[in-house]
Amino acid sequence: MLVTAFTWIINNQSEFYEALGRHLVMSGVSLAFALMIGLPLAVLIINRGGLAMIVINTINALRTIPSLAILAIMMPLLGIGLWPSIVALTVLALPPILLNSFIGLRDVDPDAVEAATGMGMSRRQILTKIRVPLAAPAMFAGARTAAVQVLAGATLAPFIGGGGLGDFIAVGISMMDMSRLLVGAIPIAILALATEFILGLAEKYFFGERATA
Amino acid sequence: MNWAPKNIPEILTATWQHLVLSVSSVLIGLVIALILGILCARRQRLYAFVLTITGIIFVIPSLALFALLIPWLGLGTKPALVGLSSYCLLILLRNVVTGLRGVPSDVLGAADGMGYSAWQRLVRIELPLALPLIVSGVRIALVTVIGIATVAAFIDGGGLGTIILMGIDQSYTEKILVGGILTALMATFFDVLLSKAEKLLVQG
Repeated sequence: MLVTAFTWIINNQSEFYEALGRHLVMSGVSLAFALMIGLPLAVLIINRGGLAMIVINTINALRTIPSLAILAIMMPLLGIGLWPSIVALTVLALPPILLNSFIGLRDVDPDAVEAATGMGMSRRQILTKIRVPLAAPAMFAGARTAAVQVLAGATLAPFIGGGGLGDFIAVGISMMDMSRLLVGAIPIAILALATEFILGLAEKYFFGERATA
Repeated sequence: MNWAPKNIPEILTATWQHLVLSVSSVLIGLVIALILGILCARRQRLYAFVLTITGIIFVIPSLALFALLIPWLGLGTKPALVGLSSYCLLILLRNVVTGLRGVPSDVLGAADGMGYSAWQRLVRIELPLALPLIVSGVRIALVTVIGIATVAAFIDGGGLGTIILMGIDQSYTEKILVGGILTALMATFFDVLLSKAEKLLVQG
């Protein structure tokens, strides 16, 4: 079965690489969007208690909706294809990024904040010079969780015509073709594991062994 | 709202299937996590090894994990149960071990002094003290599994995912909403319920 799957990839290289490319582009673009929205949003709400409550509660409610439903609901809203999938995956990546950044910014060592206040820093300066740098590890940890989640979500994109490696799994199940199933499943699994591993190493390299939330 | 009021029995069946699938997966996961947790709580190297394996399973995207099981287990509830219960192993195991390790060593010493056997000490002292963290693990695992179980519909595992997939196939928004919202409600219900249980255990 493994051999058949491998032979299939060798014989259909262009199709395989196209699906792989799409999978990576879809995930990468969504993660980038989520970072562009999530990080500034966390900074924006950190000093505004009421707004922060609303945003955090919305995000927590969002998290209970299954990823399949988030992808599915894009169809009546935006149609099928690559862009609806990217929007859905951005929505999926947002909670870990926003929540980790928010908690990281909020739980910065109070002594550091007090020292900065004593030095005459404004709230804004404290945010940009103290909170953001100290919260960087938590932000990175959020991005790491989001990356793995986006890769998993991208597997479901074929349901709304988004393509990617999940296509092979969908075809494999509908035709009960085990080797085609593996053509999708094995690269997807390797991709997710490699991402987790590499980002884990990067986290250690940049921020040391300290455990992040 | 045209479809839902006329198809209450179908919706109830899917909800029930979803509930049974999620709860039994977490229960199976819990039994395995308890055995593994008890075995590795005081064995650091074994724990690191088991943690790596369960971590690998946790990172593999759900659809891919199901797909990897199909050649051995076929379609249906069997691969869904195996996939979902292996998913929650990491969450459950971490909480079981953290809970067991949190038992203070003088408490363990006192139990030994009272002549408890290793089994008695485990059942009467260690597990009860670790219970709040174990319940917390069950809560996180169940909420996670309820969400992922929607994907099981694609491998004929049944549940609320079936309604979502039907909605996608027929471009029927209402079905997508019904499936999605019911799943979210189920997850929220257990989140609140088990959080309450956790608080009671910590206080009591």
